[in-house]
Amino acid sequence: MADVSLTNVRKVYAGNVEAVKGVSFDIPDGGFCVLVGPSGCGKSTLLRMVAGLEAITSGECRIGARVVNEVEPADRDIAMVFQNYALYPHMSVYENMAYGLRNRGTPKDEIDRRVKEAAGILAIESFLDRKPRALSGGQRQRVAMGRAIVRKPQVFLFDEPLSNLDAKLRVQMRVEIKKLQRALGVTSIYVTHDQVEAMTLSDKLVVMSNGRVEQMGVPNEVYRKPASKFVATFIGSPPMNIAKGVVRGPGAVAVGDVVLPVSDMAADLKPGDAIEVGLRPEDLIVRGDGSLTMQVDFIEELGATQLFHGTLGGAHLVIQAASGLVPSESKTLNLAIDPAKVHLFDVGTGARRGR
Amino acid sequence: MADSTARSHLDRPDILAHVIIWIGIAITAFPIWVAFVASTVSNQSIAQAPMPLLPGSLGWQVYSDVLGVGGNNRTVGTPVALMMWNSFVMAMIIAVGKIVISLMSAYAIVFFRVPFRNVLFWMIFVTLMLPVEVRIIPTLKVVTDLGMLNTMAGLTIPLIASATATLLFRQFFLTIPDELVEAAKMDNAGPVKFFFDVVIPLSTTTIAALFVILFIYGWNQYLWPLLITTDQSMTTIVIGITKMIDTSGGPTDWNRVMATAILTLLPPVMVVVLLQKWFVKGLVETEK
Ligand SMILES: Nc1ncnc2c1ncn2[C@@H]1O[C@H](COP(=O)(O)OP(=O)(O)OP(=O)(O)O)[C@@H](O)[C@H]1O
Ligand SMILES: [Mg+2]
Repeated sequence: MADVSLTNVRKVYAGNVEAVKGVSFDIPDGGFCVLVGPSGCGKSTLLRMVAGLEAITSGECRIGARVVNEVEPADRDIAMVFQNYALYPHMSVYENMAYGLRNRGTPKDEIDRRVKEAAGILAIESFLDRKPRALSGGQRQRVAMGRAIVRKPQVFLFDEPLSNLDAKLRVQMRVEIKKLQRALGVTSIYVTHDQVEAMTLSDKLVVMSNGRVEQMGVPNEVYRKPASKFVATFIGSPPMNIAKGVVRGPGAVAVGDVVLPVSDMAADLKPGDAIEVGLRPEDLIVRGDGSLTMQVDFIEELGATQLFHGTLGGAHLVIQAASGLVPSESKTLNLAIDPAKVHLFDVGTGARRGR
Repeated sequence: MADSTARSHLDRPDILAHVIIWIGIAITAFPIWVAFVASTVSNQSIAQAPMPLLPGSLGWQVYSDVLGVGGNNRTVGTPVALMMWNSFVMAMIIAVGKIVISLMSAYAIVFFRVPFRNVLFWMIFVTLMLPVEVRIIPTLKVVTDLGMLNTMAGLTIPLIASATATLLFRQFFLTIPDELVEAAKMDNAGPVKFFFDVVIPLSTTTIAALFVILFIYGWNQYLWPLLITTDQSMTTIVIGITKMIDTSGGPTDWNRVMATAILTLLPPVMVVVLLQKWFVKGLVETEK
């Protein structure tokens, strides 16, 4: 087992495309780090540099005590699970899992033991003789995982391993990956653009945008205290509402004619400063005695919850609340908010303006 | 199979299609049948106006004569068995050689960042415009200077380099996903291991199809062996047949010529039949 640490890692592709612009972070031994971000932000590139499939332009990548910049992928003691599984089509499931071990000169009986063990963990014993073609997407995904775990590597790398599965199976496999990683205790890096996957899997969430790290931390902390407007709107579904506002004084901002209390506000903000106000859909609480009044345009019914689309102080807003709280014909809603849950962002840079 | 189900949907009788197929087969097979009949009767019967259309009784005699002796004493005396062996070895070396060379060059072009990779590719591509017939004089000069006249090497090596097969393999290799290559890297499979463990097994059906085509290509070579083999012991069967025909005006033993022609047909037919089975099996297995 090993920790992974990146220091100022950059990647410049031919043609001067800077895909990763100086990324540093550490993952403790046994940690589960998820890289999340929009398409093209450099997540895969970063993962592939850790894997050794892409040369590191500058910076340092360390696995355990070893700097691995110049180490061949096979010698880094890592295993990777690919988005399209990349199983060898002409080999049986058993051979697919055994191939890496055979190439490393592992004794036959040891290979057999490990493959059987992995197959047991993943419940794929009954397909060991089949070719990948004869498996469903979910089963192939398991085989790809099996190929990674038989190696007993120091680090698992996953590049969007669930994106080819249907929604239901994705949820199921997500849980299984998490359980498996817990049980094996192997340090993992997982790339996804699905923020739900990112939130649920990680104990360290790294949000990337445009080749840079926007924020990293424990998922709940990233969710509760987004470091920028980008992170605020990227993490969370439905996304955080952003409204244009004006500072009224210490601890108060106005959106249109509605004044909101704020507890986390940068000291250098002066009355009259323009600011962007972020409100999570579930943080505005529907309450009869709420002081804020929202005009409701329409209601989306999601089953357990309802989404109210409407305006507050002239700004468009989406509010999420448990179903059945409000009669469906209501035109206005009374809302209350905890001052700790009002987020402020700089109009220009999008950076958080809190203390 | 798909065809017949589609047809049964149309609910039209199959008879017409079958009649057409059988007419086609008859037209194609008739000359071969005539050749076979001619190889089993005497030369006089062949010369008579309505040639018999049913096999005669001389078959065993004619075939054992040509296999053991060859033509009559006025033409060539190389036994057909030897000439067929020569042709077989030549065709095998050409087919296997072309496949091996093309597999390796396509592998290098697709999977490695060799300097001037594109230039190399285009150079191979351009040789498509230079088949043996076009470069025959310089090639002959080179082979003669190297002392390779009347050798199997001289007969086969100039025919081995193959742009067509290289291109085919290149196209196929390009369809192998990058991630498979990367997975193999993770699995500690170096370039050689990847070639033998992954690329070749995935290429089996392509190899089988190419082998059929290239074996027949090699077997049917005429011009090059004609120039390069002056020694009777090196004569190939395709040349041998023409040498059996007496061009000086004397009588030709047409039954022997026809027997040789029939024998010449057999190896390519066998290759097609044997490999067809094999690659159908390959197709079925990958579909499983
Ligand atoms: N081989 C390459 N040559 C040049 N540019 C590249 C290369 N590979 C990737 N890029 C560029 O680097 C950037 C990051 O790509 P990367 O594949 O890491 O994105 P990603 O975050 O994984 O996106 P996705 O979610 O779509 O997979 C992109 O702008 C891409 O165009
Ligand atoms: Mg990617």
